[in-house]
Amino acid sequence: MSAPTAARNPFIAPAWITVASIVGLVSALIGDGVFNAVSWVVFAALIGLFVRAWVKRDRKR
Amino acid sequence: MQRSTLKAWFLVHKWTSLVCTVFLLLLCLTGLPLVFWEEIGHLTGADPEAAPAAPGAQPQNLDDLVNSALSQYPGDMPLFFGWDDHSPSVYVNTGARPDTPPPEMHTAILHQYTGEVLPAPQFNEGVMYFIYRLHTDVFVGLPGMLFLGAMALLFAIAIVSGVVLYGPFMRKLSFGTLRTGRSRRLAWLDLHNVLGIVTLGWAFVVGITGAINTLAKPLEQAWQTQQLGEFAARYQGRPRPERLASLDDAVAKARAAEPGMKPAFVSFPGTGYSGDHHYGVFMHGSTPLTERLYRPVLIDVETGEITARPQLPGYMTTLLLSQPLHFGDYGGFPLKVLWALLDLLTIAVLVSGLYLWFKRGSTEARITEIERSGLNGDIANGAGVAR
Repeated sequence: MSAPTAARNPFIAPAWITVASIVGLVSALIGDGVFNAVSWVVFAALIGLFVRAWVKRDRKR
Repeated sequence: MQRSTLKAWFLVHKWTSLVCTVFLLLLCLTGLPLVFWEEIGHLTGADPEAAPAAPGAQPQNLDDLVNSALSQYPGDMPLFFGWDDHSPSVYVNTGARPDTPPPEMHTAILHQYTGEVLPAPQFNEGVMYFIYRLHTDVFVGLPGMLFLGAMALLFAIAIVSGVVLYGPFMRKLSFGTLRTGRSRRLAWLDLHNVLGIVTLGWAFVVGITGAINTLAKPLEQAWQTQQLGEFAARYQGRPRPERLASLDDAVAKARAAEPGMKPAFVSFPGTGYSGDHHYGVFMHGSTPLTERLYRPVLIDVETGEITARPQLPGYMTTLLLSQPLHFGDYGGFPLKVLWALLDLLTIAVLVSGLYLWFKRGSTEARITEIERSGLNGDIANGAGVAR
C-alpha cells in the first residue's frame, strides 16, 4: 500500500468519503427501517476503511 | 501548489488546530456518554420505565396531571408540559416564577394513563447533567456556549485546511497508507491523515451543527422577539392572566387544527415561548425528520381559542435540524454506537495532532516534508523527520 505510485488525484478519496458521510447523515433523518440501515452501513464502512488501513499497515523498517 | 501557499495553509491548520484541540478533546470526551444519555438514564433509573397502558385505557386529563405535578412542588407554577414519544409518560416542568431558568426548574414525570407520579431524579442534577453542562456551556451560560461554538468553527477550519494539506502530501501515496515500521513520527502522521480523512465528513457536520447549537439561545430570543412579538403587541398593557383556560381543551384544539401532527410540548404563559397570554402547543410529525420540526399553535389562555399557527422561521428550522445531526440520536442504537466510534476516532485525530505538534521541528521542515512526500511518496530520507 505504501509503494510510491504514479501521480493521482489525492482528493478523490476525501470527495467520496464526504459524499458517503452526507448520505449516511441524511438517510436516517429521512425515515426509519431501510433508511436507518443505509446510515449504519455507510458509517460502518467508513470505520472499516480505517480498520483495513490498520490491518494492511506497512511495518517495513 | 506553490511553497508559499502550502505554508499559508500549513499555518492555518496548525493554529486553528492548536487553539481548539484542548476544548475539542473536552467536547469529544463529554460527548461520548451524552450519546448514550437515554440508555444510561434507563440503566440508572434517571429515566423511569412507565408500564404500558392497559388496553382501551384513556389518557388522564392534562389539567389533572399538571395539578398532580404541582402538588409535588408547592408554591411552584407550571412552565412546560411535554410528552415522551417512546413511553406512556409525560413530564411537567415547574418553577417559582414563569422565567425560571432550566437549572432551577423542578420536574415531575407522570404516567399519562394512570396519573401516577413516577419516581425520577431531577434532570438538572447528577453526573450526566454535570457532563452535559461541561459539554454545552462549561457552567458559564451563554458566554461559555458561544466560546465553544467559536472552537467548533475553528475545528471546521482545521478540517478544511487539513484536507488541503492532505492533497499534496498524498499525491504519490495510496489512500490508507499507514507506515508504522519507520519512524514513530511518520506512523503518527500517517495515522493522523488516515483518521482525519475517514472522519472528515462526519466531524465537519458534527462540528458545524455543534456551532449552530451554541446559538440556540440567541436564535430563540430572536424568534420570540420577531414572531411572538407581533402577537404580544395585541395584548400590550393587559396583565398576565391569573386563571388559565383548560390545558386539556387547548391541546385538543391544537390536535384538531393540525390533524397530521401530535403535541410535543406546551409552553405556559411567561416562559418566553408563547408570550404572556398564550399556551404554545408545539406540534410535531412522527418521522425522524418531521418530529424535529415544530409547528406552534398559540392558544389564548383566557378564551381558550386559537390565536395563530405561525410557521417557524428558517433559522429556527436550521437550528432544530442541526440538533439530531449533532447528537446522533435519530437512527436507533446502532447509529449511536457508530457515532461513539467516530467520536473515538476523532479523539485519536486530536491526540495524534498534538503528538505531531510536540515533535514538530521547524515550519520549513514540515513544508519540505509535504513537498517531498508529494514528489516521491517518501519523507523518511531527510526533510528533518524526527525519528
